[in-house]
This record gives sequence, C-alpha cells and structure tokens, in this order.
Amino acid sequence: MAQAHGGLYATPLADRHAGLGARMIEFAGWSMPVQYAGILEEHRAVRTRAGLFDLSHMGELYLDGPDAAKALAYALVSDPTTLKVGRAQYSMSCFAGGGVLDDLIVYRLAEERFMVVANASNAAAVSDALVERIAGFKVILDDRSLATALIAIQGPLSLQVLAPLTDVVLDDLRNYAVGEGSVAGKPALVARTGYTGEDGFEIFVDVASAGRVWDALMDAGRPAGVVPVGLGARDTLRLEAGMPLYGNELGPDTTPYEAGLGRVVKLTKEGDFVGRAALEKAEADGPRKKLVGLALRGRGIARHGYELFAGDRRTGVVTSGTLSPTLGEPIAMAYAAPSDAEPGTILEVKIRDQRVPAQVVALPFYRRTT
Amino acid sequence: MAQDLRYTKEHEWVRVEGDLATVGITDYAAEQLGDIVFVELPDTGRALVRADAVGVIESVKAVSDLFAPISGEVVEANAELAASPELVNSDPFGKGWMLRVRISDPSQLDALLDKAAYEDLTREG
Repeated sequence: MAQAHGGLYATPLADRHAGLGARMIEFAGWSMPVQYAGILEEHRAVRTRAGLFDLSHMGELYLDGPDAAKALAYALVSDPTTLKVGRAQYSMSCFAGGGVLDDLIVYRLAEERFMVVANASNAAAVSDALVERIAGFKVILDDRSLATALIAIQGPLSLQVLAPLTDVVLDDLRNYAVGEGSVAGKPALVARTGYTGEDGFEIFVDVASAGRVWDALMDAGRPAGVVPVGLGARDTLRLEAGMPLYGNELGPDTTPYEAGLGRVVKLTKEGDFVGRAALEKAEADGPRKKLVGLALRGRGIARHGYELFAGDRRTGVVTSGTLSPTLGEPIAMAYAAPSDAEPGTILEVKIRDQRVPAQVVALPFYRRTT
Repeated sequence: MAQDLRYTKEHEWVRVEGDLATVGITDYAAEQLGDIVFVELPDTGRALVRADAVGVIESVKAVSDLFAPISGEVVEANAELAASPELVNSDPFGKGWMLRVRISDPSQLDALLDKAAYEDLTREG
C-alpha cells in the first residue's frame, strides 16, 4: 500500500526513482518524478524509441455486478453498455450542470466487471460520485487505487520491448483493447492505451509486483534505449498530441462540447444519466467557448493563464502551452470565442507586456506515422 | 566554478574585464531550471538598474526573471541564445553568457558574492 510521508503518498517505485536520480515534485498529493535526464531528452526518447512512466498515482476503481454496465451508463456520459469485453473507451464523469468532474478511461474486463481509471487529482471525487450514482444498481464499487501500480511504456519500440515479457499477445491487442495475463511473471492487465500520441501499453499490477515489473522493463528496454520518463515530458507529449489535461482544458466550468469532446457524450443512449438535461441544452445552444490549438507566430512561449486577444477584444485564455520539442516551436491550447476559433485565424497572446501573434491550428499538433 | 567570477543571490555570475562586465546564470541555476528553451534579453543600449528584472529565462515548465546584478549599459546581448538557448545548460559560464554591460558604478562590485560565499549559498539551497 502507498505510504504517506509528511502528508505525501509515495508510489511503490520511489526507491527506483531515487536510484535513477529523479527530481521529485508534489503532484495531487503524491511524490512523483518530474524528470530524470531532462524533459527534452525524455520527450524525444518517447517519440523515437520508448519511455517508461510510473503512473501509480492514478485511480483504479473496479465495478462488479449484473448492473455494472447500466450503472456506469448512468454515472458517466458515454455508453459502456456497448463496450465489448476486452475493450476500453475514453469517457467523462460530469456534474448535473454539465461541467466536467473528470475525464477517464473505462475498461470492460468481463460482462459484469469494469475498471475505471481516473486522474490522480480527482480519484477521490470520482469514487465518491460513483458511490452516490450507483446506489440502487446491483453493482459493487471496489476502489483499488492505493493497491494498484500503473507502469506505462510508450513509444514506437514499446511492443518489441514488452512482448517477450508478457503472455498477453500484443499483436492481437488493438488500440484501446485490454488483456489479462502476466508481465514479468506477475498478474497484470495490459491495455493498449496511453497519453502521449505514440503506440504504447499501460500495465496494471499489484503494488507488490511493481518493482519487479519496472526492473524487467528497464532491463529489457536498455539495449533499445528505453529511458524513464517523468511528468514533465508526460505533459509536453500529451500537449503535442492535442490531449486535454484536467485542471487546464477540462474543469467544472467547461462542458465536453466546449473542449471538442462532444463525441464522447452519447445523448442517444437509453435512460437518464447524470448531466443529461444540461448537456442536451448545451448541445442545442452551442458552446460559449471553443478549445483551439495555437501555433505562436512570433517570439515567445504562451503559458497557462495568458490572455488571448482578437484585435482589441479579449477572446479567451491559454490553458496549456510550451515549446514543442518535436516541432521546435511554441504551441498552446486555449479557449476562444467560437467566432474566433476557425483554423487559420490570427489572434494574439499577451506575453508579459507584448502581444505575440498566434495562429489557430487544428489539433493535434503531432500525429504519429508508425 | 571559475575563480575570477563574482555572484549574486539570484544565481547570476559576473566576470569583470576593465569597465565591462559579462553576465550569465550559474550552472546551479541552469540545473534548477531544467532544459532552457527561450531567453529574452534587453537590447543593446538599454540602461540597467541593479536588481531590476531585465530579461526572462524560460525552461520547458517555467518562466524565470533575469535580474541585473549591477547597473550599467548593455553593450551586447548574446545573439546565439535565440537559436540555441540550450547553451545556457551546456555551457553556462562560457557560450551561455547573456549580457555584456558597461559598468556605471564600480562600487557595486563589492556587494557581489565571492566564490566561497556563493558556494555556501548553494550548499544551503
């Protein structure tokens, strides 16, 4: 089980990170590695080879019972009743008012068994909301977040590094599929999911197995140039891939439609679900703001919170921004008024006391070719 | 760390040659910041006032100010840092230099830290 040190949780791989010289930071109440060799080097390793991530801070919630699918269909905006066994879907838990409580992935492990993976910062909130929402359904919620370690391998070499270590047949695992078996001799779920825009796998094991699995992947990956990767590069990778981060692009004041994630909301599914009325209205009314990609066209890096202008009119705010290691240029995501959101539109980001031109571009900024 | 340098609490270094001072940030600062991806420096001719924020050094994750260690006039800003900000990480005391400043008040140099004092500072930090 995770230990609390001075208020922070440590993952089961804390000693591995120390041995690797990781710089640790506090994130969502956990002590986590933000970088090892450096963010740019780690980012490039994932794009060209593969990287290993300790994501044990994330939440893993199991739902078991004859009503598991129906309960989740009520609690979430997607329709898990259509999910086949061994498949996963990206989803969201919304508030009754239509704002986003968390974005998450739902995995169907069996007809009556699901796993919901939530962001570390929202794991408790997601769990609490689920407990409330599944009341009356024949289903049991088992929050195994603190008993579960999550190690991800992401990058073009992921399959060749992981395949010899697992009895799950990775060639048969499609994108967003999940298999049960073992990794490095330890019982594991292996999912072809990730948050980098590369091919890769997320491996769920008991905390007691985490060290063995991490060591096996590091040893198997070393000849291929696989390196450990921290939260710093995790953020630059997902931003290039146009993926939202809760707390930046998603939050209680944002509907899925505004974040460009309307396809995740299944208004045509049977029965009521939390947020239905508000989301039906939001869809009909149209968004108050729209998430856009920005490519900076002048010198400067746009950051979270910087204001966005269309001429003299303030049109929105930057939600995430950085210097894209792959593109070598500053990129950002931002909310803008829908009328200013057309790709090609030139807006301006206020960077300190300067207005720097930024062009609206379609997301993602980067798409893998392998 | 080079012997002929003086330092500030904000982790800048200063190398004095006659009435000119070359300014940069230390390896300690560069290490703390992580990969540097953007450097914004004052233009040639700009008058600097000691302790003012006169430039910006951005890493992947964060924005930091560059403070003027002494007052004076900028005679040159390192143009290489526009295309190669990573020089600050790889060679902070050499190719990663940031400004050349004509010193307006030499007595300010006395207030800068010597190597031993700076090492004490970074040891505690």
